[in-house]
Amino acid sequence: MTFDSSVVRRDFPVLQRVINGKPLVYLDSANTSQKPDSVITAIDHFLRNSYGPINRSAYLLASEATDAYEGARAKVRKFINAPQVHEIVFTKNATEALNLIARSWGAANLGSGDAVVLTHMEHHANIVPWQMLAAEKGFEIRWIPLTPDGQLDLSDLNTLLDGAKAISFTAMSNVLGTITPVEQIVSAAHRAGAIAIVDACQSVPHMPTDVQAWDADFVAFSSHKMCGPSGIGVLWGRESLLDAMPPFLGGGNMIADVKLEGFKCAELPAKFEAGTPPIVEAVGLGAAVDYLTSLGMESVRAHEVEITAYAMRSLKDRYGERITIHGPTSPACRGATLSIALEGVHPHDVSQILDQENICVRAGHHCAKPLMRILGVTATARASFYLYNTESDADILTDTLVGAFDLFGM
Amino acid sequence: MPGLEDLYREIILDHYRTPRNRGELPPPARMAEGHNPLCGDEIHVYLDVQGDTIVDVKISGQGCSISQSSASMMSAAVKGKDINDVLALVKRFKQMMSIEEENADTTGEIDTSIKLGDLEALQGVVKFPVRIKCATLAWNTLVQALESPER
Ligand SMILES: Cc1ncc(COP(=O)(O)O)c(C=O)c1O
Repeated sequence: MTFDSSVVRRDFPVLQRVINGKPLVYLDSANTSQKPDSVITAIDHFLRNSYGPINRSAYLLASEATDAYEGARAKVRKFINAPQVHEIVFTKNATEALNLIARSWGAANLGSGDAVVLTHMEHHANIVPWQMLAAEKGFEIRWIPLTPDGQLDLSDLNTLLDGAKAISFTAMSNVLGTITPVEQIVSAAHRAGAIAIVDACQSVPHMPTDVQAWDADFVAFSSHKMCGPSGIGVLWGRESLLDAMPPFLGGGNMIADVKLEGFKCAELPAKFEAGTPPIVEAVGLGAAVDYLTSLGMESVRAHEVEITAYAMRSLKDRYGERITIHGPTSPACRGATLSIALEGVHPHDVSQILDQENICVRAGHHCAKPLMRILGVTATARASFYLYNTESDADILTDTLVGAFDLFGM
Repeated sequence: MPGLEDLYREIILDHYRTPRNRGELPPPARMAEGHNPLCGDEIHVYLDVQGDTIVDVKISGQGCSISQSSASMMSAAVKGKDINDVLALVKRFKQMMSIEEENADTTGEIDTSIKLGDLEALQGVVKFPVRIKCATLAWNTLVQALESPER
């Protein structure tokens, strides 16, 4: 069912780069992904032929640009199986989508005595907006802890949800790779009368997404992690919730009428898209959705399970106890994001040594400082694989780590 | 492309493996905490200052080989020294890290006759710009500790 990643790799111009006679080994896709030719071409073609304003003018370019922008929205709807196209709101990124939920839904619905449930494995983008709002509104933030193998510890879920108005959680950890049981958590939330917000930043690029099967209320993700350009993100929300919410940013495009006495909001989705939106970026995102769809998200997931199993096995076979891979051990319940710790070698030094072989990994706290503290580390080196990574990439990673042990081994 | 040997000099690895002046000092010793927000490195600098002299210094925290070895070398270089000499050394070190000019408010001459000794080994870091913050973290924290009151 899976594809040949060495063929897929050829679709990505930057991966053809040779630096100092060696190939580029890009293992930082959990951070941001590379872009295929088709996305680059779609953006180039749009800018050369059809770029114009959306929604405001009668001339041909404006109508072509509007079709392209709205066409991207329709593609995204289908990709995540959202019920209605006007429930898809384009934002700047997932961070803005999560802030939109907190500032609009949260500000209208949360007060002192209320509670919001988060987890210990959240990205700062799904922590700080809630902390900012809690400081103003005085609601409580409750935390779902982790099990020793990096899963969510759901044993007290119902107690945590008791009296809570919302739960906001990641579908896949950007540090541990853990895939969380979205449907189970959403249904527990609904039984408790809470809405469920899913940070799908790490899952949408890597596996099939069906927001209706999840039965979630809001879902947020970013284009740049799924082969699309940076500068655009997606918020999907239930129509009934979006309709009832106050607008987030005010300005052009989001109004139906403005008088000196006040304004009237536009219909969805324009209500939440104030100002000139990321038009070019939307076209690129649409092309990225087409690209991923042509490969098939089931196949993307199957490839990543395979490459994860291969990389984990290679690292463990070679280095045994001297290497720790944080998070779940079974590739079936994790994504292709490997946070590794080498005995006696700091993650920064690991990434520096890997850079000598053009291996791109991220060293740091991955915008998840609470999780880092729970893991008892200040940083990890994170190698994250995607559809264009091959077994050869994993081999180069495994081989190059020898140098880190040689230099720092005590 | 600069090689790893420019960065990981033997003396740096030595200070990383066997850091000098590791530990803490009890109050009333001064203390400051430094963070590198990008990578999560943490350094705590403890100072026992008597009159104008840094009588004792201890370093704790976690970080990469560059931040830890820089802290260790710094502690060895400032222990027992006069505060004014230490501040001149901080300037000289930052100049080597080629960031002194950017700080418009740090006026005054840089005394280039100051000997850096082992610290010269950190010169290679300049070729790896993202690591400069690792090397200067301990020094910025030292200045903070000097400016802090006793606890
Ligand atoms: C789980 C998760 N949530 C949110 C974000 C924020 O995404 P962005 O920076 O694109 O807004 C990220 C990206 O690092 C992420 O991994």
